[in-house]
Amino acid sequence: MTREVVTLSEQEQKAPLTIDDKWCKGCNICVSVCPKAVLAKGRKTPLIAKPDECIGCRICEWSCPDYAISVHKKEGGN
Amino acid sequence: MSEVVRKYLRADMMPTIWCPGCGHGIIMGAVIRAIDQLGLDQNKTVIVSGIGCASRAPGYMDFDTLHTTHGRALAFATGIKLANPELTVIVLTGDGDAAAIGGNHLIHAARRNIDITTVCFNNSIYGMTSGQYSPMTPKGYSATTAPYGNIDRPFDLCELVKAAGATYVARSTAAHPRALTDLVAKAISHHGFSFVEAISGCPTYFGRKNKIGDAPAMINWMKEHSVPARAVEKLTPEQRAGKFPIGELYVSEEPEYVDEYVNVIIPRAKERAAKAE
Amino acid sequence: MAERKVLLMQGNEACAEGAIAAGLRFFAGYPITPSTEIAEILSERLPQVGGKFIQMEDEIASMAAVVGASLTGTKAMTATSGPGFSLKQENLGFAALTEVPCVVVNVQRMGPSTGLPTSPAQGDLMQARWGTHGDHPIVVLSPGSVAETYTLIIKAFNISERLRVPVIFLMDEVIGHMREKVVIPDPATLAVVDRVRPTCPREQYLPYGAVDGDVPPMADFGSGYRWHVTGLLHGVNGYPIGPGKASEELIVRINRKIERRADELAMYEEVLMDDAEVAIVSFGSTARSAIYAARQLRVAGVKAGVIRIITVWPFPEKVIAKAAGRVRAFVVPEMNLGQLALEVERCAHGGAPVHKLSRVDGELITPTQIVDAVKGV
Repeated sequence: MTREVVTLSEQEQKAPLTIDDKWCKGCNICVSVCPKAVLAKGRKTPLIAKPDECIGCRICEWSCPDYAISVHKKEGGN
Repeated sequence: MSEVVRKYLRADMMPTIWCPGCGHGIIMGAVIRAIDQLGLDQNKTVIVSGIGCASRAPGYMDFDTLHTTHGRALAFATGIKLANPELTVIVLTGDGDAAAIGGNHLIHAARRNIDITTVCFNNSIYGMTSGQYSPMTPKGYSATTAPYGNIDRPFDLCELVKAAGATYVARSTAAHPRALTDLVAKAISHHGFSFVEAISGCPTYFGRKNKIGDAPAMINWMKEHSVPARAVEKLTPEQRAGKFPIGELYVSEEPEYVDEYVNVIIPRAKERAAKAE
Repeated sequence: MAERKVLLMQGNEACAEGAIAAGLRFFAGYPITPSTEIAEILSERLPQVGGKFIQMEDEIASMAAVVGASLTGTKAMTATSGPGFSLKQENLGFAALTEVPCVVVNVQRMGPSTGLPTSPAQGDLMQARWGTHGDHPIVVLSPGSVAETYTLIIKAFNISERLRVPVIFLMDEVIGHMREKVVIPDPATLAVVDRVRPTCPREQYLPYGAVDGDVPPMADFGSGYRWHVTGLLHGVNGYPIGPGKASEELIVRINRKIERRADELAMYEEVLMDDAEVAIVSFGSTARSAIYAARQLRVAGVKAGVIRIITVWPFPEKVIAKAAGRVRAFVVPEMNLGQLALEVERCAHGGAPVHKLSRVDGELITPTQIVDAVKGV
């Protein structure tokens, strides 16, 4: 089984989370469950509208039906 | 993509066939995280399913997986567990698969209290075949085979399975992925027949046909209509109406089926054989 | 030297004991006349040898449990009769497509439907081949005596393991319930075959890979290969595929797996056939009457012979085709309205006429009936 290597750009690495565009189906559940309204609807894949508001709770990551979201921000930390 | 989940996914098989916003992916994620939390041996865990949208889950999970015939997952799983008790056997099934055609196998597996964990992805519809009603479709709702509204009453699946003899019964929803993960972990750890009803949402058929809204709206619906089990008794009938309890609903300890066979039947049989010689 | 064990056994008992000798260690079943003794005996005997027995909630669940057990690497069997055999068909097809070894015993009784539960019949012959939907492979064996039941069930398991195919063991109520002498073979002399398991690294394992001989190695669940088994048409790696070439290749391979071995699988017995002018073709308990009738006919100066079919499917076409060139007629006695006769007709290719002798009243065909039928052709 081949594994794709995902390289994050510098900008992405500073972001609190990344959304894999290939896996995202644009359902927007993540947008609606985020307690801090970090995400906003995009054309398909949501946009990280308010990155600084992210508290690393990971509700978006756990609620994504397609495992497209990876949260980097430590919970409650920086 | 979530690192924990990635470890247990057959990445070549992705993306899943589930519609955008289908709750099943959330539930499958909870099952995978529960397996990870428990540190189960990936090589000694077997996932079994029947037929339906929920039953496509094992195909994406990197374990020994078995995608069987409609309603029969628990019967196949019983054969696996009894033949090799060392394996952890988890059944993933849907509301139609488990409660309609699979009903008989569900109640007998519960009756035997065989150490199998069943997670029922309940989206109250037959999704794979495009939206017919199931034994979990609430009364009055519409479906392709209930164009004038469903006159059937649904099961209370948790009550049914408990009455049949299950020794661990819990319910949660796709709107509570963390709680669901913990309940599934507990269910797997429990030694006996464990059943977790995981309420899911089908935005494509159930949601659209009944004008509930999109996937986020269905997630909200689950949040608003669920009540923690401990709090249910404190509610008035009016407050309780239309809501369902979530959390751990029933736990008990009873002799487990395979244990009884291995520790009681086999020794008795060998003793009788020895006497006969 | 091991003591020669000679026992008076019931047919169903010989089936159960032969299966254990073949390595059976898992039985799931449901009581149904006239097969129930197999379940009862195995409920007692299997745990004695460290095996597992379970009475499932129905025939469908029994078939499912057998397939599940087999996937863990355990030799598994179920036993039933007509109504239960009908119920098992879907999961039997699942086993045929997913190529899971298992043995299904059908002790035939009068049908259709509830029929005559305690009377013999041979009406499931075509169902044994075509009972489940789609183009599926299957092997069907039918013993003609209690002693043969013991040795043939071992062959059934061996074929199932070697070819990753379900094998149906077609008995009937008479063979199942009668008692005859059985000389139990010394276990050391028994040839017992186990399925081939993969030895390659996990990343290279193709559970449905087209290999020489059409039979891929089969990993046990729990042995680290982490493979996917599905009733959906699948590629060589086991995962579901859609319509197209790979689907065709799968269907062709699993059927070719059996067809290409038709000659080596064809088991039959020829009695008095060397100079026979009339060939009596039969199977199961009917064949006993046929052989007796042939001997009586010879005494009366009629050159009759018997071709006793043991492998029902794949049907031994060549022995019939060969006989069609030498005899002036076939007589096919069977306890049904003419199912074996259809195959004999097909394989005779018009070389000799085929006369049916059907009995469907729940009683055995007698030698006298066969003698009269042969004299009449």
